[in-house]
Amino acid sequence: MASGLAVLATILVIAPLVAIFIDLVYKGASSLNLNFFTKLPAPVGENGGGMANAIVGSAVLLTLASAIGVPIGIAAGIYLSEYGRGTKLSNVVRFTADVLNGVPSIVMGIAVYALIVVPEKSFSAFAGGVVLGIMMVPTVARTTEEMLLMVPHSIREAALGLGVPAWRSVLSITLRTAMPGVITGCMLAFARVAGETAPLLFTALGNDFWSTSLRQPIEALPLQIYVYALGAYDEWHRLAWAGSLVLIALIVVSVSLVRYVTTRGVLKGAA
Amino acid sequence: MILRIQEPRTPKPADDEPIGGLVPVVVSPQASTVRTFLVSRGSSSIADSTFRWLMLLCALSIFAIVALIATELVTHSQITLAKFGWKFFLGSAWDPVNANFGALPFVYGTLVSSILALILAVPLAIGVAVFLTEMCPRALRGFLSFMTELLAAIPSVVYGLWAIFVLVPLLREHVDPLLIRLLGWTGLFAPPDFGIGMFAAGVILAIMILPIISSLTREVMTAVPHSQREAVLALGATRWEMIRMGVLRNARIGIVGSIILGLGRALGETMAVAMVIGSSPTISKSLLAPAATMASVIANEFAEASDDTYRSALIEIALALFLVTIVVNMFARLLVWAVTRGTPARVA
Amino acid sequence: MGVSIEVNNLNAWYGTNHTLQDITLHIPANEATALIGPSGCGKSTFVRCLNRMHETNPIAKVTGEVRVGGLDIYSETSAVEVRRRIGMVFQRPNPFPTMSIYDNVASGLRLNGYRNRRTLDEVVERSLKQSALWDEVKDELKKKSGASLSGGQQQRLCIARALAVDPEVLLMDEPASALDPVSTAKIEDLIFQLKSQYTIVIVTHNMQQAARVAERTGFFLNGRLVEFDSTHKIFTNPGDKRTEDYITGRFG
Ligand SMILES: Nc1ncnc2c1ncn2[C@@H]1O[C@H](COP(=O)(O)OP(=O)(O)OP(=O)(O)O)[C@@H](O)[C@H]1O
Ligand SMILES: [Mg+2]
Repeated sequence: MASGLAVLATILVIAPLVAIFIDLVYKGASSLNLNFFTKLPAPVGENGGGMANAIVGSAVLLTLASAIGVPIGIAAGIYLSEYGRGTKLSNVVRFTADVLNGVPSIVMGIAVYALIVVPEKSFSAFAGGVVLGIMMVPTVARTTEEMLLMVPHSIREAALGLGVPAWRSVLSITLRTAMPGVITGCMLAFARVAGETAPLLFTALGNDFWSTSLRQPIEALPLQIYVYALGAYDEWHRLAWAGSLVLIALIVVSVSLVRYVTTRGVLKGAA
Repeated sequence: MILRIQEPRTPKPADDEPIGGLVPVVVSPQASTVRTFLVSRGSSSIADSTFRWLMLLCALSIFAIVALIATELVTHSQITLAKFGWKFFLGSAWDPVNANFGALPFVYGTLVSSILALILAVPLAIGVAVFLTEMCPRALRGFLSFMTELLAAIPSVVYGLWAIFVLVPLLREHVDPLLIRLLGWTGLFAPPDFGIGMFAAGVILAIMILPIISSLTREVMTAVPHSQREAVLALGATRWEMIRMGVLRNARIGIVGSIILGLGRALGETMAVAMVIGSSPTISKSLLAPAATMASVIANEFAEASDDTYRSALIEIALALFLVTIVVNMFARLLVWAVTRGTPARVA
Repeated sequence: MGVSIEVNNLNAWYGTNHTLQDITLHIPANEATALIGPSGCGKSTFVRCLNRMHETNPIAKVTGEVRVGGLDIYSETSAVEVRRRIGMVFQRPNPFPTMSIYDNVASGLRLNGYRNRRTLDEVVERSLKQSALWDEVKDELKKKSGASLSGGQQQRLCIARALAVDPEVLLMDEPASALDPVSTAKIEDLIFQLKSQYTIVIVTHNMQQAARVAERTGFFLNGRLVEFDSTHKIFTNPGDKRTEDYITGRFG
């Protein structure tokens, strides 16, 4: 009886999830075509537009975000695992990172709006990249730490025993051994911010035209999906589904990779 | 201890028969080049300490980010902080035209939608976690936990899109009429019904936080030592009694922690909610009526906020959301850590 | 060429655990010195004090004097420089798993900034020959990962890696304890060959091994050096009752 309830709960949960996936694949795939990746949005009411500017915009934003979030995050992860292990400071940093992860992304967006958009008096791709980059830091830091902790201690000893300076040993031995894990962790953080809309509303803003300038407002895939989803045209809805499918594909790939690395143990050879 | 009985032997001459392809050792001239080079390398203590400080600096940047968010939000919400004080969160009039701002409808909307989400999600999430840890076949478990991870990573805006085109019509055509018929007398489900509104927001939030709660619950349940289960089983308990007393009871602090973590997520969830809640700064008894949450009002109105007071009011809402989610997350993390890593006292 | 090691009043701690107490001894150059004693008596701690690896543990502390070739390693130089002069081989083989055999052997030089390809090639070949691994791996030096070798081969790879930086001293902490008898025999022969050029300190639980390879043997008990003398003397006519008990297998 009780087991029945648990099974029922599982089915109840799986059902909408499967529904979401089926809807996405069904509605998204039927709208994905070459135009989607190469054309600008068509004028209102016309068919055949694409999201090329949003894809390029997302690429610009994510490049900037990674340039900020990945190095800082990896460095913070290195500190947590290699220097601060077991210390009070690192416990507090780890805790703060976890809490920061829970701060709503719209709050981050407003904070960066106040920090960059207000003094610059202009929405910009730069502000959008900064907010996404900041959001990557805690995730990258925590996964990097986790992956570095999986590297056996004996390997660090081997490097130090050769008279290799600590910094070199950390970078060329410990980090390099954990590299597959660290990279997939970064990919996961990347995929997560790739789908963020709320923090971009008041930073990158959106832009109907081509733009790659960091000083101008820029379009992004999730922003475009948001606008199109709320719009009144079937053509827009179609594009919104297609855009969502692209985002989801990115996420499926990175989640699978992380899973592969952590469970199949690409790092196992190191043990 | 003595594995091979063998007489201690005196050092054998170098031309003795070597074992295993051992070649006579010759000191190569490179040896000294190598040594000279290594000696010239110095201690690199400057590089080491620079590197260490750099890593520390990046770790500390996490504090800096939190501090930066806090100061930016506080300085840019000065106008309404000064003008309305604490009453800001008690006033229910949201009237941008006359610069009169009370955030109560949004606080109410946030609380109600989140609680609704928890009511819907928690029993299901715990059911799923029990299923996954205690009775699921191994092969299926991997797939299901993979699905859970995936769902936790789907962007809010995609959930919103799905909700607009699939969930809301479904609620409007089938679920809401039923609720009105069965629970209409409570006044919580009263017409008019547009599909969008507080209830739809609660449902989509429930779907979004389910994976988070169930995967964390699963984690703390797995952390319950096997001996606890066996102890209960040894008393002659049935399987369900074992799960209830041996597992759930021992994991309850952690489960509460994961529920609160889910709450923290629901409180700040923006896009999906903004897309289906109907954006109305009103407090209505009916859950089918449009409403707004703290996060959704920022998303929906900030772009059109034309004057400083309006913007300040919205930023103050962001500040409140920031503080609330920080507190909720701290609390939840401490509870989860207490179960999965030992005492939280060291953490705090 | 090897150098001698002079240890005076060495004390070491792990937290409050006084692991080594007042160790004083002289390890001569170009000889093999064996350290024996029951588990937990401090042998590993002692060798780790000889190349300042002990201090990599955050709770560790050390006092006293260690002179390697006359130079006080704790006050007159840096840890990094000391470790470049003193190679170490650990109990469990620990090749770098992401590196090829070649890169493993070259790592001590490369990671310290050495770039000359031709010299590296020569050093790798010499080191692998010295550690008797060359013939087994010479065809896939750059293709095969260090972690894909057998346990005994991995340990000889680690020895080659230590030899590649041309150290003056080689510390070996139970280098054969994880290996089968054939690999063990190879490593012992290796030590035999190497000690004409290097000062070798080897920790072992196997008394035949000590007797076979070492000129001198030290017996540790509960963090103290009970007896240090020529191997012959220790095994035939020990000066201390506790040494005799240990050697004859009456305890430990
Ligand atoms: N990393 C450590 N942290 C705390 N205490 C340690 C650590 N390593 C060793 N000790 C303690 O120091 C003492 C000496 O340990 P050590 O490893 O030097 O012994 P050993 O003679 O090498 O033993 P074995 O023959 O088992 O390798 C032991 O009491 C041990 O408990
Ligand atoms: Mg030992």
